[in-house]
Formats: sequence, structure tokens, C-alpha cells
Amino acid sequence: MSRELNQQHSAIPSSKVGLKWIMSFAWRDSRGSRTKLALFVSSMVLGVAALVAINSFGDNLQATVDAESRTLLGADLSFESSKPFSDDVEAIIDSLGGRQSRRTSFSSMAYFTGSDATRLATVRGHESGFPYYGTIETDPPEASTAYLEEGGALVDGTLMVQYDVQVGDSVRIGNVTYPISGKLIQTPRESAAIMLFSPRIYVPLARIDTTLLATGSRADYEVYFRFDDNRNADAIVDDLEDRLRPERVGTDTVSEEREGWNEALTNLYRFLGLVGFVALILGSLGVASSIHVYVRQRIQTVAVLRCYGASSWQTFGVYLLQAAGMGLIGAVAGSGVGIGLQTVIPIILRDFLPVDVEFFISWSAVLLGSSIGLGVTLLFALLPLFSVRSIPPLAALRIEYAEGSSKRSLSWWVLISLVGIFVTILAVLQAPSPAFGLGYAGVLLVVFLLLAGIARLVIHLLRKRGPSNVSYVIRQGIANLYRPQNQTLMMVVSLGLGTFLVSTMLLSEQTLLGQIDFASSNEQPNLVFYDIQPYQIDQVAEIVELQEMPVIDQVPIVTMRIFSVNGETVESMRADTTRQTSWAHRREYRSTYRDYLTESETLIEGEFVGVFSGDGPIPVSVERDVATQLEVEVGDTIVFNVQGVEMTTRVASLRTVDWRNMQTNFFIVFPTGPIDSAPAFHVLMTRAQDERQSAVLQSAVVRAHPNVSSIDVSVVLSVFEAIFSRIAFVVRFMALFSVITGLIVLSGSVMISRFQRMEESVLLKTLGASRKAVLQIMAVEYFTLGLISSVTGLIFSFGAGWAISRFVFDSALIIPYGSIALILITVISLTILIGLVNSRGVYERQALDVLRNET
Amino acid sequence: MESVLKIKDLSRTYQSGSASLTVLKDVSFELMKGDSVSIVGPSGSGKTTLLGLSAGLDTPSTGSVELCGHPLSSLSEDDRARVRNEHVGFVFQSFRLIPTLTALENVMVPSELRGEKNAKEEAVRLLNEVGLRERHGHYPTQLSGGEQQRVALARAFINKPNILFADEPTGNLDSDTGDTIVDILFRLNETAGTTLVLVTHDMDLASRTERIIRLKGGEMVETASPSLASTHE
Repeated sequence: MSRELNQQHSAIPSSKVGLKWIMSFAWRDSRGSRTKLALFVSSMVLGVAALVAINSFGDNLQATVDAESRTLLGADLSFESSKPFSDDVEAIIDSLGGRQSRRTSFSSMAYFTGSDATRLATVRGHESGFPYYGTIETDPPEASTAYLEEGGALVDGTLMVQYDVQVGDSVRIGNVTYPISGKLIQTPRESAAIMLFSPRIYVPLARIDTTLLATGSRADYEVYFRFDDNRNADAIVDDLEDRLRPERVGTDTVSEEREGWNEALTNLYRFLGLVGFVALILGSLGVASSIHVYVRQRIQTVAVLRCYGASSWQTFGVYLLQAAGMGLIGAVAGSGVGIGLQTVIPIILRDFLPVDVEFFISWSAVLLGSSIGLGVTLLFALLPLFSVRSIPPLAALRIEYAEGSSKRSLSWWVLISLVGIFVTILAVLQAPSPAFGLGYAGVLLVVFLLLAGIARLVIHLLRKRGPSNVSYVIRQGIANLYRPQNQTLMMVVSLGLGTFLVSTMLLSEQTLLGQIDFASSNEQPNLVFYDIQPYQIDQVAEIVELQEMPVIDQVPIVTMRIFSVNGETVESMRADTTRQTSWAHRREYRSTYRDYLTESETLIEGEFVGVFSGDGPIPVSVERDVATQLEVEVGDTIVFNVQGVEMTTRVASLRTVDWRNMQTNFFIVFPTGPIDSAPAFHVLMTRAQDERQSAVLQSAVVRAHPNVSSIDVSVVLSVFEAIFSRIAFVVRFMALFSVITGLIVLSGSVMISRFQRMEESVLLKTLGASRKAVLQIMAVEYFTLGLISSVTGLIFSFGAGWAISRFVFDSALIIPYGSIALILITVISLTILIGLVNSRGVYERQALDVLRNET
Repeated sequence: MESVLKIKDLSRTYQSGSASLTVLKDVSFELMKGDSVSIVGPSGSGKTTLLGLSAGLDTPSTGSVELCGHPLSSLSEDDRARVRNEHVGFVFQSFRLIPTLTALENVMVPSELRGEKNAKEEAVRLLNEVGLRERHGHYPTQLSGGEQQRVALARAFINKPNILFADEPTGNLDSDTGDTIVDILFRLNETAGTTLVLVTHDMDLASRTERIIRLKGGEMVETASPSLASTHE
């Protein structure tokens, strides 16, 4: 019997449906859609995996650096100076006691006598003792100490491979020849990347050729301490700071070393985290898009529930719970993949790490990554889920009633703002610095918006002005891009972003390498000899000419430091905590004197004075960027300490310098006259026709003048390429997450719009279209999609590439057209392939199957 | 007699930009407990709109609807949903079964939404009563159209509604199956003493109700007993 009626205004019955029913219904409702839901989840997995892997690895790194911080320094305390320690400093060193070990490092040519090859290397003269903590890893292992007793050398592994040198061969540095005792594998304070820049050779300090440390040559003098009485090295440094600073002695303690590495490595892994972060955002967009379609497919279910009394919040709760479930599964799966990936990251970053990173699972990183993944999924899912609340029960009678207003509600705008804020906060937390994070989130937002905007515009244009005089197959394929519930926007964003990332990296790489190529091209010098003493310059020039090579340039170089700027000494500036001094105040300048400007110099202010013999301040020309750092203008006064002699100068002119030119470029240029007699060394530049000619000349010069060093531009280029390829590999590895996520999102988008395409396919077949025609229509659809996405992504990458080349590399953008065409073809082919593979079966379905399975 | 549905001066106008379209105009009638009425009229005459307004699925532009003592105009969307849950059953032309639920689960939904404990027993009883004893675990896609509509009927009656709204219940069925469904509908209705509001094009079906309301252009042009109602539209 029907229920008793209450004729009066009876009370509205309260809802008796709780969370239990919502959960139960959410589970039952997901039947038959769990494969689809798994696809949504998969687009999240890599983003979460990247976050978990990077953050967990970061924790590993932090723990390893903390645990091995003594090993990183190799001692409890070190002093360092670019000149031999003064008597006062020696007195301080004596007073500190403990165990002490000295080291002197300088750059010099290494001449491998067996292979008659030369190479610029960083030579480190060691005493026994160092490192007090950790070891120098060598092959054979015993060579790490034996070389000191044998008077031998330890040579960087890559150098030995490069010049085919074996243990037992000899290397000559200056006038001293050393037997090679072993191969250097790992040393304290130096990563493989640092070794690549300048290969190391360790020799006993007592055996180094002291003539190589002549005035003007650059060398670093260090002393390492080990205190067995547990003295606090930081306290010692604090006490001595006032005495060491005037002597320009730098200090390093275990805690400083740890902080330094921690900061550098944190920046490194955070940067990589940001690259992976794109995958998370892209995956979230994929989720939002998938849920949008999923919800559209649930309109009638929601309408029926509403007819039978479910409230808007209860139906919303059902789908929110499903999204939360997906997010949770995605977060757990992503964490699992992330933990697996974490084992790979130390291998990828091996060249940049100073220590072997111990592997452990950082549960805090797993929890953080999972929570962020779940949070981002839910937040992005809320956007389409909000529409569930507005599905009217009337839609059960007529589906057209479900088409609500296209105007966005206030709550939608609040939600989208929350998404923006949340993503920005995440980027800021993940980035090396807040400003970097903000900028990153901003660029990401702009690229997403531009891609979405372009997609909308193209869809609009195709709808309004699509091609009309082409075959039906093409017209239908293009029309499919704006079918109801199309995924065009999402696909363009995911594919476009992937293309953008890959292409931007390629353009940056090419521009950077092109810059170096410029240096090695044309008639630019490609071989530089330096540290030539004044008495050697004519002899070196003679050897060059004997090899029938031109002496393109030869310039004198005088080393100096700034003593004061406009009457204020650098010391007093550094002592004043309210003032900031820059690298320009502190650096050692290698200046020249001449009476002309070179091709790479442009006078921008004042008058260039080439000759000066009068009294008063010497008129010098200052490079613009240095002048900015020093805060000086034309007319200001700078006092230089030229190897003990103070010389007052006046800024007579400002110049810009094209640093790409392989000439000797200088921050400060003196007129001829005032410093002509100061202790100087010379640089000579020439151009070799090929590697062989270059090697023969270097060998000849080094054999005759062992103190002279040379730089072969082709070697620099190959070193640079090697380093850049390692960095690019790491960045590409992380970017791969985004690219794969983009492909997953693409697959997901194709899958979720499968039913629409199935209906279309059946309809077309009913109307007489062949299987081939249906296939062609789909191919046209995916071709157009791939074309729009890749062209959009490429155009944006040109913009980003231009900005990077202009503002980071300060050079012109180089577009490798062949590679760009390859990217274009690859993206289009991949889109067609993924589209057709995920649509397989669609064009084979029979009409009846589809009608009976209309769900 | 108890009033179950009281419609007074009901109008519904839709806005589309600056234009407005009145699809229902000044409709009034009242149904008592156990009454049965058919709403007939040509396509676009406002039948479905009237059904939607009567069931509280939509709100009128003017006029009032009182459903089982509740003045719907003063209620929120969610309150109207709870009134429907308490008093109303539905049968739709396209069955509107939830595709992811089995026949049994579909029938249980209204009862679950009320928080009933014995939802399953009642759903099993009703499914058996409509002749689907062997089909409890089947999903909608595994059922024929007639079987789906029987499930929908069982679902409509599980909450023992005071009023049942049926929108073209035989519209998607062949005539034999349609006749069977109509027989079940009237049998369940009689047993439960439910007020029945039927929207249909089928005058044979309409003639089985006590009253017929004829709509044309959104206006009620006739209300009469079947024997007196016009046989053409």
C-alpha cells in the first residue's frame, strides 16, 4: 500500500543516506568503467613517480652528504690562498698544530712522452696525509699512496683513455718527468663533471717544477688540518677571520663544505623535480579532461538518482569518491614506480655527484609525493565534478535539459583560482628559489593557456571556415575535431607541451653549441699559448712560424687586484656588513696594455686613451658589466694593486666586449706606458689547420718551454659538448616523464572518446562507408590533430628558444631545420599511430553490438 | 478523499536570449489518492514539461504545485528530491536504468536512498512479481527492452509511492510487450493504491485511466473521462 499522506505541510524527511551508501554506490557505479578509470590513473603515475623519485633521492643525497661530510673535505679544516702563505699566515698555521698536509695546484701542460701528446691539466702537488678522511680512489688501489713514495703521478682516467696512456708510462709537467703510478678514479671535493672541465694530475708536492709557479702564473696554495683533539674548526675560523681576511686566505670547514654541497645538490635535484613537475600537471589535466567526459557519460545516472531523491551533494560525493579512489591508486602506483626510479637517478647523475649515494626509501618523500599527487588529482578533478551538482533531475526525461549554461559560476572561478594557487605553491616549494618557482609556474601557466587558446581558435576556425572543396573523407576527418565531447583541446595541450619541451631543449642545445662553433670557425684563432714569460715570447713565435702557422695576436698580461674604488678600500667594503661587494671587487684581474681597440670591442662612453706618460691617474678603459658591478662611471677612480704596487687609475672610457670572439678579451685595458715594465706573461694566438698540426705545434712548444700552457679550442669544444651532453641527458630524462605522460593522456583521450567514434563509425557504415573510408577519416583526424599540436608546440618553442638565446646565452637563435622537421614528422606519426591503435576495433564493430552496448 | 497533487495556474516559460517561449500556460487540476490520469497531446504540447513540474523536477515560472501536502515552489532542489524519494515513483520511456547496476541493484536504489534496511527483500519480491525471477543479477544491457521496463516498474514501486509518473512507458516497446508492461503497471498501481499520472500518445493506453487531460500549444484544452474524451489529436 502507498504511504499515508499528510495533508498539512508536513516536514521534509531528512536524508538517511550516509557515506556508506555513497561509497557503496561509487564502487558499484565504477563497474564496467574501471579500465577507463585505470587510464585516468595512469596519466598521474609518472608525475607522482617523478616527484617521489627526485625527493626521495634528494633525502638520500642529503643523508649521504651529512654522513660523509668529512670525506667531502678530506680534513677538519683547510686554508686556501692564490699566493704563497705569508709569514703571518704561516705563524697561524704553526700555532694551530694538529696534523697538516699541504697542496699546491696550478694549470700546466702535461706532456705524455709515450704518445707525444700534450693536454692542459690541473696539477695538484700533494704531501702525504691528505685526505685525512675518505680515500683517493685509484687503479691500482695501492697507487693512492704509492705515488708519493715513488715520486710518480696519478692521472685522471679519462685523460689516460684519451691519450692511450698506461700505468708505467711517463708524463712530463714543466721540466719534471713522472712515472704514472695509477689512474685517478674518485677524489675528495671533485665530481666527474669537474674533472671533465679540467683533468687532474696528482704529483708529490716536493717534486713539482717550481718554475711553473713564477710570478703571474695562477696557483692555489692550500693546507689541510686534522685535529685529533676534537677542536671545533668553525670556532677556529671565527676567531681567525679578522687576521686571515686581509691576507686573502679563504677557509673551509666540514660544515661549510657540507652546506655548500647541500645547497648545490638541493638546487640540482629540485631543478630536476621541476622538470618532472610538468608531468604531474599534464597528468592532472589529463585526469580533469577524462573526468569531464566520464561525468558527461554519467548524466542520466545522476538524473535518475536525483529523481529518486539523491541530493546534489550526494551525487557529487559519489564521483568525488571515485576521483579520490583514482587519485589514491595513482599516488600509490606512482610511489611504487618512483621508488624504482630512485635507484636509476644516481646512475643518471653519477657525473655530478661527489659521493656514492646510499639508497634508502624516504617515506617522508613517498608520503609527500603521494599527497601532492592525490591533492592535485582531486583539485583538478573538482573542476569537471562541480558540473555533477548542476545536473537536473529533469535530464532523466529529456537529456537536453542537462545542457546547462555555458557561463562559469563564481564557485568555478574560485576553484580555478585555488588550482592556480596550489600549483604555484607546489612549484615554489619544489624550486631552488621562490622567484624561480614563481617564474616557472608563470611560464607553465602561459604555455598551457596559449596552447589551450590556440586549440580553441583552431577548432573555431575549422568549424567556421573548414575546407569545403575537398573530399568527404577529409571534411569528415576535420569535422571530427569538433564533435560533441571532443578531446581536441586536451590532446593539443598534451602533445603541444611535449613538442614544446623537446624542441626547446634542442634549440637551446644547438644555440649553445653553435656559439662555440662560431669560436672555432672562420679565421678565428683556435690555439692559444699562455704563461709565456717575456724572454720566451720571440722564441715561441719563432716555433709557431716554423710550423708555417700565423701569429694572429700576442698580448702582454699583468695580474692585479682592486685596492680601492673612489677612495673606499675593498677591505673596508667587505668589513662593512651593510655593504655588498661583488665578484668584480674581489677577483684577480688579468689586464693588458695597448693603444688600440680590438674588433670585439666597442667604445660606448668616454675616450679611449692608448698612450699615457703623464702624471696623475692612469686613464683606463673598463668593460661595461664590470663597471656596473663596481658601480663606477667615466671619471671615477680605481686604485689597483699591481703585484704590490698601488697604481691610481681613472675610468676614461667604457667598452662592450663580444666575448664569443676567440681573442684575448679584457675587463680592464691600460694605455701603453705606465705598466709596460710590470711583471707580465704573454699570450700568443694562432690558427691550426687541423688536429695533427695543432698537436705537433703544442708538442714542440711544450718540449722547448715546459712552463708554457696551451688551449686547443677543439678540445674545449669537445669537453664542452661532453659536459653539455651529460646535462642534456639528465634534463631529457626528466622531460621524458612529461613526454610519456603526454602520450598517455593522448591515449586516454582517444579511449574515452571511443564510444562517440564507434557510433560515428557504425553510422557511416550504415550509410555505406567502407572500412577503409572509416579508417581514412580517423587518420585525417589524427593527422590534423598532430599537425596542429606539433606546429603550435614548435612555434612556442621558437619563442622560448629565442628568449633563452637572447637573455641567457646572449646570442642569435639557431634553428636546426632538419631536426625540427624530424620532430614534426615524429609527433604527427605518433599521433596517428596512437590514435589508430587505441581505436582498433572501432571501425570493425557491427551496428547492433554498439546499439546494444550503449552505456 | 486525500489530495495528492494540486496544480494551480501553472505556467512555464523558457528564456533564450531576448526571446521567451511559453511551453505551458495556466494549467490547473487536482488528483486524489488512487486517481489515474493520462496527459495526451501532440508533440511539443507541453506534456513532459507538465510531468516534470508536477513531479518537482522543474520549477514553474508562475503558479503552484502541491505534492502530497508539500508546496514545491517554496522548497529547495534538495528538499524537493527528498519529497520525491518519500512519495514519488517514475517510469521513463527509455527505462533509464543505471547501466552499471544489476537489475536487483537498480530496483534497490530508491529504497537505499531512503536508508531502508530491507531493500533487498522488497526488491527481490517486486522483481519476482514482474516476472524477472531469473534475471536479478543481469545488467541492463543483458536484458531486452521489455525486461528493462519491468525492472523500471519494480524500481518505481519499491518505495510504495503515493504517486507514480510514467512518461510514455510503452514508447520504446513493441505492442505486445507494451501491453504486458501496461498490465503490470495497472496491476501494481491497483495493489498499491497509487495515484497514476501517465504521459502518452497512445489513446488505447490513455483510455485505461480514469481521466484524460489534453494539452495543445501548452494549454489544457480538455479534461474528461476516457469515454468523453476526443479520440483524435
